[in-house]
Amino acid sequence: MEALILAGTEDTPKIILDKASNQFEISGRSLPEDVSVFYQPVLDWLDKYLESPLDQMELAFKLEYFNTASSKLLLDILMKLESVTEKGGNINIKWHYDPKDTDMQEAGEEYADLVSISFELVPM
Amino acid sequence: MNTKQYTMENKTNSETLQFIPKIRDMMHTHNFMFSYRGRFTQSITKSILSVTEKRLEIEKTETSTKKKVFNIMVECLQNICKHIEKADNTNSNAIFMIGKQKEEFIIYSGNTISNDKISGLQNKLTAINSMSREELKVVFGAIISGGDLSESGGAGLGLIDIAKKSGSKLEYNFEKIDEQISFFSLKTSIKQV
Amino acid sequence: MTIANFPLSFINEINDTMIKSNLIMSYVGDFSQEITKTVLSMTERNFDAEGVGEGVKKKVFNVMVESLQNICKHQYSGEETEGTSSIFTIGATDLHYSVISGNVIHNDKIDAVQSRIDQINSLDADGLKALYKEVRLKSTISEVGGAGLGFIDMARKSGNKLEYRFDTINNELSFFTLLAKISNKE
Repeated sequence: MEALILAGTEDTPKIILDKASNQFEISGRSLPEDVSVFYQPVLDWLDKYLESPLDQMELAFKLEYFNTASSKLLLDILMKLESVTEKGGNINIKWHYDPKDTDMQEAGEEYADLVSISFELVPM
Repeated sequence: MNTKQYTMENKTNSETLQFIPKIRDMMHTHNFMFSYRGRFTQSITKSILSVTEKRLEIEKTETSTKKKVFNIMVECLQNICKHIEKADNTNSNAIFMIGKQKEEFIIYSGNTISNDKISGLQNKLTAINSMSREELKVVFGAIISGGDLSESGGAGLGLIDIAKKSGSKLEYNFEKIDEQISFFSLKTSIKQV
Repeated sequence: MTIANFPLSFINEINDTMIKSNLIMSYVGDFSQEITKTVLSMTERNFDAEGVGEGVKKKVFNVMVESLQNICKHQYSGEETEGTSSIFTIGATDLHYSVISGNVIHNDKIDAVQSRIDQINSLDADGLKALYKEVRLKSTISEVGGAGLGFIDMARKSGNKLEYRFDTINNELSFFTLLAKISNKE
């Protein structure tokens, strides 16, 4: 399956979705003008991935900040991944945060509450 | 040295020039560091963020506060961008200002708004201001879980986030311009940790 | 219809004043090399986004650099801390851009600055070129000499007379505002 790799920019995050090398990461800043346009390829990739997921996938979030529109899409991503267990795969989310950034920590905790997948909060 | 006597030694007939000391004074009095008026686009949002980032870096602002300031700035600026997009009257104008007063960062944004939108917005603001931080978190979670994107992309989610992150009530003002539009100003205070 | 602790209508006032003076951006504070770079790149980026012509953009940019560096060099750096911040603003109308700087200066500098600018304004393009060379060749750069080069450059690059004013603050200090106009047309 083809990897989705996007370099980070000033307003869009770095995306690494690479099944072959087992690397999955969303990092940097997310404040695109049109979140749907930006994240659609990510959602599409995930749909495809879910057709035959890995036994174990670890998705790392290392975000500096994200706007509220992005927060909705991030939840969409997590909710899509919730269905992975039905397809016979496992998923672990690693939510990295700067320990001095209380809002980022809290966001991780909130997402952990909203979805029923393995969620790890990782102070950087 | 707070009282200043300004005498005019006017060597020019440029109208703009005479306002500069006044603007500087107004900005200085209210502890502003930056004010922007004009086109609001994604590009400008990025630029303003960049200037502020540099400034806060120089001032060695604490991480948590810095992040709050950026998050709130982005929400304010992108709110303006979205709003201006929707408004098709040529009187649409907006202003963004950021300042620091002792231990507090203050972000102001102002934009024109059609009068028929005022009560809806005011209701949102009143509701948000009546909620505790916990309640704001719950509402935020509910909206992103359930609502469609247009709703979560709109002012509601942004304002909730601003209130949640700043930890203060949202202060606002509507100033009538004419029968069609008013000028809406929003003030957010972020206390330094 | 407000719950502000103090009236927010002053935002309106600043906005109105900025509109009246055709300003699109104002930065108030202490200027350093770093802030200068950031403000410059912000404006450059905005110009790119607006699709401003290369020629005009370059002129505005050059004038901005001089203007910002002038502020850095000449902003008041004495003991007074109240009311000494500088201002840098950009204005735009259909016909031209204005690059404006304002900073506190010592009153004893006023005459020198004023006569330099008046001199610059009295010259045509060739005259300016000659003056620029002359000032450059001077081995001792006095404080005003340093500013002199910047002012000359601003006049040359903007292609217009420089406009200025001094507003007295007290016995020792005044506020110096300088405006350079650059035509919008390529």
